[in-house]
Amino acid sequence: MPGTLFDKIWDAHLVARRADGRELIYIDRHMLHELHAHHAFEQLQKQQRPVRRPDLTFSAQDHTVSTQPGRHDGSFPSGAAFIKAMREGSRRNGIRLFDLDDPEQGISHVIAPELGMVLPGATHAVPDSHASTVGGLGALAFGCGTTEMTHILATQMIAMKRPKSMLIRLEGRLGSHVSAKDVALRIIAEIGSSGARGHVVEYAGSAARAMPIEQRMTLCNLNIEMGGRSGFVGPDEATFQWLAGRPYAPQGAMWDRALAIWRTLKSDDGAKFDTEHTLDCSSLEPQITWGTDPSQVLGISGRVPDPASATDGSRCAAMESALGYMGLQPGMTIAGLPVHRVFIGSCTNSRLPDLQAAADVVRGRHVAQGVVAMVVPGSTTVKRAAEAEGLDRVFRDAGFFWGESGCSMCAGGNGDRGEPGERCVSTTNRNFENRQGPKVRTHLVSPVTAAASAIAGKIADVRQLGGA
Amino acid sequence: MQPFTSHTGIAVPLIRDDINTDEVAPVQAMRDLKPDYKKLLFMRTRMRDDGSENPDFVFNKPQFRNPGILVTGQNFGAGSSREAAVWGMLANNIRVIVAKSFADIYRENCLQNGLLPVVLGPEQADAFIVRVNTANGSAPFTVDLPSQRISGPGGPDISFDMPAADRMRLLEGLDDIGLTLKHKDEAVAWETRMRATQPWLQMALDSRAR
Repeated sequence: MPGTLFDKIWDAHLVARRADGRELIYIDRHMLHELHAHHAFEQLQKQQRPVRRPDLTFSAQDHTVSTQPGRHDGSFPSGAAFIKAMREGSRRNGIRLFDLDDPEQGISHVIAPELGMVLPGATHAVPDSHASTVGGLGALAFGCGTTEMTHILATQMIAMKRPKSMLIRLEGRLGSHVSAKDVALRIIAEIGSSGARGHVVEYAGSAARAMPIEQRMTLCNLNIEMGGRSGFVGPDEATFQWLAGRPYAPQGAMWDRALAIWRTLKSDDGAKFDTEHTLDCSSLEPQITWGTDPSQVLGISGRVPDPASATDGSRCAAMESALGYMGLQPGMTIAGLPVHRVFIGSCTNSRLPDLQAAADVVRGRHVAQGVVAMVVPGSTTVKRAAEAEGLDRVFRDAGFFWGESGCSMCAGGNGDRGEPGERCVSTTNRNFENRQGPKVRTHLVSPVTAAASAIAGKIADVRQLGGA
Repeated sequence: MQPFTSHTGIAVPLIRDDINTDEVAPVQAMRDLKPDYKKLLFMRTRMRDDGSENPDFVFNKPQFRNPGILVTGQNFGAGSSREAAVWGMLANNIRVIVAKSFADIYRENCLQNGLLPVVLGPEQADAFIVRVNTANGSAPFTVDLPSQRISGPGGPDISFDMPAADRMRLLEGLDDIGLTLKHKDEAVAWETRMRATQPWLQMALDSRAR
């Protein structure tokens, strides 16, 4: 019977079926971060259980780290305890830590692929809901809680019921200044914030194939915002080319052996998915969220919807509440709203091509007066590469803050946040109330839309910005 | 894990869909390794801008000061995987959440901590919400796992379905890691096989250091 790629990866990693019916799936790579790891280290110590495979486990300092130049443990005082606990726990358990001053420090979801730890057809787990970012390389990644993380540390397996499968076909060619972020926001708007609950999503079709690897990561990153358990793009030659030579990827003869297997990693023709969707991306314009949930999305030329148009009472109430929080009226055009803050970064959009695209918009221009704009690279490696191209100068000359790598304003776990009532245009993944600071009004967009909005001082259609 | 058999308590209605874990447990309230989980629950929604209590928020109403059961809409626990959003419930003695559906990671976090995630079908849920609103905190409901029934004021018992595997784990408060480690030999066999067939999966070495 023809099988899906998800079935194949799942079956290849199925170690045993537990007495309670759950399946034990082997985790090839486990990546930790300091916001949650200390609980797990403490639990293990209490239970006197060792980490089963410290050699397949890695630690990142990302959520609570300061983005200020010359940072140290105490630059953000509340972060210091987390950073130190991570350092101690990693040392005690023999886990390689990418510490604050490591030349390869960064957001876990950015550094794991960048260093070649994540491989096609491999399984991956992170105690973080955006784990499936690495699905861009054709890996099957699960986000999990802290107790599950403790379980993986102790056993190197995750105990799950087999999720259902979903196929999302993305067809057509993306227009200029339209990227994976816009596609993902449109999918979430169509499917809804719980539309992929219980499913592992395979993204396929010509538009997914045409996306560079970094954009595939952006696409898979947002999978959780429609409730997906995991999401990936099947690997292809572009994937292999991207991975070749990365430090933790196999090398030499081992690489050749791996490649032969990776080339077989695809869903069979005629494979059955539990659910299928198709999105034609050819006429898609840049997208932006207007509300307080990533499914409340508009095209950049669109108007704020009227709750009276909602199909059910619950949705209508949610829309009314979102309009109130966001300070919007039905029928307003979204473009032109004044902006106070712009953030470019996070595991969604902080890789080198994201920064290059934003810099192309910014070059030779200046951030509008009164707008606080910041760029935070996803890893120290990205930061170094961007600086080698002079992108830091482009941003700084335009009036952007150029930060040290970390999660920063995505969830504000490091104190980077907006002021109450501010409208913030952000390349992150969640526009939830109070996430980027109390009463901050977040609009999720792509890096180029964020850059254009910083320059214009208002929500802007990057296609209409005109020549520099 | 704390086993779950039965729990009796006031049912507090928070009838919205897609309540996310940022709202349940704001990251700003997690600035300590050991935060106050009791205080952290819905911290922002509970407070007004000036730091005083928001009297409109249902948890702040006198009859819902000490709830034992949370009743809510679809996709409860969306967003971040933070387990503090479960620990905050337990710290407030909320041991049951009745919802139309749960986000996957949140539901798993509930099961890992002995917090019972009960799903009712849309009609059943709406009928239960009417009863909870009518009771308005005046009398408790009881949620019983062995019989998979909710009983309380305003009508007959409501039955719910908890998959047998999850039920067993909750009732016995099983050590999840212990359960898995029974399969240690199979894990070793898997690793041995993988070392032979796809060795790159069983090693993660920095090639620059070799």
